Amino acid sequence: MVEKTVKEVSGTLFDEQRLLSLSELCRACELPAEVIVALVEEGVIEPTTAKRAQWRFSAVSIRRVRRVRSLERDLGVNLAGAALAIELLEEIERLRARLRRLEREG
Amino acid sequence: MEYKDYYQILGLERDAKQDEIKRAYRKLARKYHPDVSKEEGAEERFKEVSEAYEVLKDPEKRAAYDQLGSGYHAGEDFRPPPNWDQGFEFRGGGYTGADPDAFSDFFESLFGRGGFSQSFGGGHRRQYHAQGENTHARIVIDLEDSYHGAKRQITLKHSELGEDGRPQLRERKLNVKIPKGVTEGQQIRLAGQGQPGIGDGKPGDLYLEIAFNPHPLYTVDGKTVYLDLPLAPWEAALGAKVPVPTPEGSVNLTIPAGSKNGGKLRLRGRGIPAAEPGDLFAVLKIVCPPAQSEEQKAAYRAFSDAFDFNPRSGMGG
Repeated sequence: MVEKTVKEVSGTLFDEQRLLSLSELCRACELPAEVIVALVEEGVIEPTTAKRAQWRFSAVSIRRVRRVRSLERDLGVNLAGAALAIELLEEIERLRARLRRLEREG
Repeated sequence: MEYKDYYQILGLERDAKQDEIKRAYRKLARKYHPDVSKEEGAEERFKEVSEAYEVLKDPEKRAAYDQLGSGYHAGEDFRPPPNWDQGFEFRGGGYTGADPDAFSDFFESLFGRGGFSQSFGGGHRRQYHAQGENTHARIVIDLEDSYHGAKRQITLKHSELGEDGRPQLRERKLNVKIPKGVTEGQQIRLAGQGQPGIGDGKPGDLYLEIAFNPHPLYTVDGKTVYLDLPLAPWEAALGAKVPVPTPEGSVNLTIPAGSKNGGKLRLRGRGIPAAEPGDLFAVLKIVCPPAQSEEQKAAYRAFSDAFDFNPRSGMGG
């Protein structure tokens, strides 16, 4: 195989300083704003401020929104059910990480 | 191409009723959904199950699939017989809400673009100009990469329409710059590096979620880094100055006298170097040496004599 030069790219990092606006989150998840608003109302994702025009979201919101949507689609649960599932799944992930830490200490 | 036994995949008999099919699918989907399951191979299994359901939930597709006959065995080499689909009409296109790229060649040849492309009225594959879809992936880096910044080569696979109008799998490599100070769960957006657009449509974006490889020394929570620091009992009791490894190199840490097992010493700003750097915590772990020689046993005896110490005093005994 011919080894081509690999293109070097640097993108936009969404970190604790650079948060996403509502339209950036819509673009990332390919969803209309109404769906995102419904997810905020359900408490799945939390914007930094109350005023919608100034909403900013952390990068983790992208993953949450996508997970909720795929649970709704694939498992036939409603929004509230998917929101609950996400909370429990994240709790399990936190506990697993904690367990890994403790097992190393022991 | 391998024949797929969709009934077997869902654990059903060929005469299963529609509600049984739905029940079997839901049960397996909950078990193997990649967002839920941590099991090895769950994602592959989930794709298989979804594909089977995609066919069996639709009475038209199911009927067409059924008349291929039950003479095939799973995994057997398979070519669709000519005109096998005569008399069937697949309304609503070959794919519904599912992700078509995830499906097998077997599905593709029966219901996909190669098979029923004529009956695709709108829906998933638009004929005209449309923006390409976004791609989401995880990029797994080492903790050190976050301390120093790094470059990572990634390989992207996507299907493109070839000259003959049939989809082809293309591979593309990119060298992605990982900025210094990233933490798990953050995302890098690479504009225009997602799925190609259709017609004059712009390509979608690529989103990379940052994840860390497990590290032999450190554990990470956000931008806080933890390190287990073994100490001899006398170091903890009397205080000491010990060298401590950090991802930026070794530092000397003062252990205050009277330190306890499990105690945490903060090294401010030695965590992940984000805009506001995180802290590194040395978690103290007191390790007792085994008493082997006579001299060492005597030392433990002297130790015992010097203390009026009952480690079980809190047990109420």
